[in-house]
Order: sequence, then C-alpha cells, then structure tokens
Amino acid sequence: MTNLLTTKDLAVEIGCKAVCKDLNLNIGSGECWAILGMNGVGKTTLLHTLAGLHPAVSGQIEINNTTIENIPPRALARFMGLLLQDYEDAFPGTVMQTVLCGRHPHLKNWQWESEKDLKIARDALAFVEMQGFEDRSILTLSGGERRRVAIATLLCQQTTLLLLDEPTNHLDLRYQHKILSSLSQQIKQNRQAMLMIMHDINLATRYCDHALLMFENKDYLSGKCEDVITAENLSRLYGYPMTLIKSNNKEIYLAG
Amino acid sequence: MNHRAISLLITLSLISIGCLLLALYAGSLSISWPEIISSFYVEQKTMAQQLVLELRLPRAAAAFITGGLLALSGALMQVLLRNPLADPYVLGISGGAAVAALIAILTGLSGLALSGSAFVGALCAMLLVFGLSHGQGSWTPTRLLLTGIVLASGWGAMISFLLAISPDQNLRSMLFWLMGDLGYAETIGPSVIVLIAGLLISISVARNLNILSQGELQAASLGVKTNQLRLLIYILASLMTATAVTLAGSIGFIGLVIPHLIRLMGFSDNRILLPASALMGGSMLILADTLSRTIIAPQQLPVGVISAAIGVPMFLFLLYRGQVHRL
Repeated sequence: MTNLLTTKDLAVEIGCKAVCKDLNLNIGSGECWAILGMNGVGKTTLLHTLAGLHPAVSGQIEINNTTIENIPPRALARFMGLLLQDYEDAFPGTVMQTVLCGRHPHLKNWQWESEKDLKIARDALAFVEMQGFEDRSILTLSGGERRRVAIATLLCQQTTLLLLDEPTNHLDLRYQHKILSSLSQQIKQNRQAMLMIMHDINLATRYCDHALLMFENKDYLSGKCEDVITAENLSRLYGYPMTLIKSNNKEIYLAG
Repeated sequence: MNHRAISLLITLSLISIGCLLLALYAGSLSISWPEIISSFYVEQKTMAQQLVLELRLPRAAAAFITGGLLALSGALMQVLLRNPLADPYVLGISGGAAVAALIAILTGLSGLALSGSAFVGALCAMLLVFGLSHGQGSWTPTRLLLTGIVLASGWGAMISFLLAISPDQNLRSMLFWLMGDLGYAETIGPSVIVLIAGLLISISVARNLNILSQGELQAASLGVKTNQLRLLIYILASLMTATAVTLAGSIGFIGLVIPHLIRLMGFSDNRILLPASALMGGSMLILADTLSRTIIAPQQLPVGVISAAIGVPMFLFLLYRGQVHRL
C-alpha cells in the first residue's frame, strides 16, 4: 500500500477560529475515509485545505513527498478532485456540459473535448444512473439529480484521490447506498482513495474503512473504523448519547 | 465544436454582412447596388461614392464594433459577477466616461479631446471600482457588484448635477452623448484592434470561463487560477466597455440582451457564446443605427433610443419565457 496523501502537524484556521492543530494523517491507496464531527467544527474547511483551496496556518500537506503548494493547480486537479457541499448554477447549461467540466484539467487551452472525453463523461453519468439526461438543462434537475450530476463531474475528472463533502446530501435512500457502494468498490479496485464528510454513522461504518473524528476542542481521533468508531467516542463527538445495537451480525448506531 | 455551433456562427456572420450592406444602401439619398459596389474599387469622386465611403461605411463599421464590444463585455461581466442581470455599464464604467465627457463638453472641448476625456473617465471609474472592491479582503462577485453599483449611482448623481448647471446650448449635445449616438464616431482604427484582441483573448480562456461560471470554488478545484482569470476578464471587459462608450456614448441593452439571446438559443458554452455575442451585437447595432437615421429622415434619432426600444420588450419577453421554461 502506498501513501497518497500525508499531512504533517497540520494546523488550519478559518476566520480566527482554529479548525485543527497538529493533525497527522496518512491516506493510503484503496482506503475510504469518513470525516465525522459536529456542525461548524471545520470539516469542510479541512477538506478544502487538503484540496489546496484554503491555506494552512502551519504544517504540510504532501502528495508523493511534494508539498501541494509546489504542485501546479492543473496537475493537482488531475490528482485530486473535490465534490462541494452545494452547487449554485447561475446560467443554463446541459448536464453533458456540466459533467465535461471534469475534463478541464486534462485538456489543453485551445483543445476541444474529444470522443474519448465524451465517453468518459457518459460512463460517469452511467455510474450515477443518469444516462439519457445528457441534453437536459441543469436548472430543471431535482436536488438529488443535480447531486448525482456533481458526483459524475467528479468521476469524469478521473482523479486518484476523491474528496467529498457530504456526498449523500439530497440523495434518496436507494442512491445513498448504490452510489456509496459502487464508489467504495471502485476505490478498492483501482487503488484510489477517498475522504468524505458524513453525518450518517451507519453509512460511514458500512462503506468506509477509516474514520477521522474531529472534536470541538480540536482533538482528533483517526484510524480504522472498528478502532475509533465506538458508542463512547461518538457520544463524546456529538455531545449526545449514542448506543450500539447489534442484530443479524449488523451493528447499528442509534442516537439516544 | 458541433455542427449546430458552426452553423450558428456562419449564420451570424452572414447576417452581419447583410446588415452592413443594408446600412450602405439605406439612407435619404437612394444609391443603386451597382453604384455602391463600384464605389469600392473605382475612383469616381461622385456624391454617391463619397456618401458610401465617407459617411455610411464608417458609421456602419463604428456601429458593428460598438455593438460587438458591448455584447462581448456584457457576456464577460455576467460571468465575472456570476449574475445574469449584469451588463457592461453595471460597474459604472459608462458613468465615469459620461461625467468626464460632460465636463469636456462644458469646457468647450470636442472631437478627439472629447473622446479622449471620455476614455480617461472610463479608466478612472474602472480603477476606482477595482481599488475599492479589492480592499484587503477577498474579491468576491458580490463585493465587486455592490461597489460598482454604488459608484454607478454616484456617477448618475454627478451627471444630473452637470446637466442641471449646464447652459442650454450645451444640453442637446450632452443628451445625445448620454443616450448614445454613432454620428460622432471617429478614428475607429484603435477600437477595431480592441475588439479583435478582446475577442481572441476571451475565446482563449473561454473554457476556463465555463468552469468559472460554475462558481469560484468549483473552478479552483478544477485547476483554474480564479484570481488571475477574474482580473483578466475584469480588465478586458472594462477596456472594451470604455472603448465602446468613447466611440458612441452609452448605448443600452445590447450588452445585457445579446448574451441572453444566444443562451436562449441553447448556446451557453462560452467558446461559442462569446464570438456569437460579438457578431450578433454588432449586427443588431448596425440595424438599430440604420433605423435611427432613416425612420424620420432627414432627422436622426439617437441610436440608444432604438436599441432600447428593441431591447426592453425583448428582454422582458425573455424574462417571461425564462420563468416558463426555467431556462
């Protein structure tokens, strides 16, 4: 297993508020990470920092022993992609155009998308079961459909590392499971890695093998899910009692 | 590039040529087609030739360039501010030019000196908006838009003030300048260069603009250097607006409506939207100008009146249709 992303003593702030300090993470290939924590604890800021969109206060983020500040933005965008928490579309455009945006870092300035790029985009749409939507205006999509188009755009970027900010937002139960299970399968098969911010513990334990728990006092716990996700840690994490229920060899966490 | 896009660009080019020919033909003195065509390559020294080569052609060219500049910078401003209601004048660049031009008229300047001061006024307005909105904080579209709109209303107040204190004999030329008039357009050479350079540069970053219109964070995560790109299109759009305003005063609605018309036809990809806007804006302004000097000939209407008369109902229609189709 190779390390795809490493953070060394990373400290992140937003405004004047500290998000994390002395964060040391090793994201290896084939790993799916869940980032868990309360609202406002800084999960999104941390994810943006890892993507190179927010400056760190101190410490380093390294990819293949190179700090990300030294990687040109386009090369970085070929290595890792980010699914944002929300998308606001100011102008009309088709689903296909939106998904093809993912090819941007792979194309030269004057180059048009080739048949190969179109095929990658169509495959990405098929992955999220949005075939046949190519020519629809994105302004006419439902929230869940728009979310799936955003996930397809990320897949179309064909990056080794995927950073996802609440990927299951707006998705119905079926697509939450379908998309997370195919994503985690693909990650393991292709030796990629993903980090996703989640609020559903049971989805996290089911589809992720590692977790990062971000506490309000800037402490963190990271490691394999079975080591760090416990009823006790979760109760501390959310400041709300959590219990573990076992039935039919399945473990389910319930609030209260 | 797909076939639809190619045929759109070819159609718009043909329409532009058609509008240009119409502008050469239409006028109070009727000139036959053979006369118009021969005036281009045979030295005749007839009145018809003079009329075509020295009056109608430069005016039509100025109209095309102004329209192209306005539509192109309107499309760029809309992406820059991520706001479909943005137009070239929204940040007050035309206001700065107008104030400078009115002061120039008041002090008795005319011709090149008048155009020169309008251009300087536009540049000052552009630097003012940039300096104030840049501040120490981030350069967000909202901050830029608010700064620009507040400054624009400031310029508006200064224009009213200047009009109020101006002697009567100046008012007519001032009003024509404010409403937009191609009759005073001279030395179009530099503006041709601005249009061509602006078009080439903006097309070369057009795919980046597609990504930028999806939002700054999304663009940055796809490897677009958003700050550099936004600065580039701010400077481009401002310079093109300044050039257009210097050429013909503040002609409304072209910059707002044309990009939306192209989008409504289903072309939201900036690689097509930008050249198509320039062509369509150019031909629409030639058409409006030709109407403005023929409708109640020999008297001339300011072209801004005609372009607004076409633009207002068209935009309201688009807005209504947009609600219906959620476009």
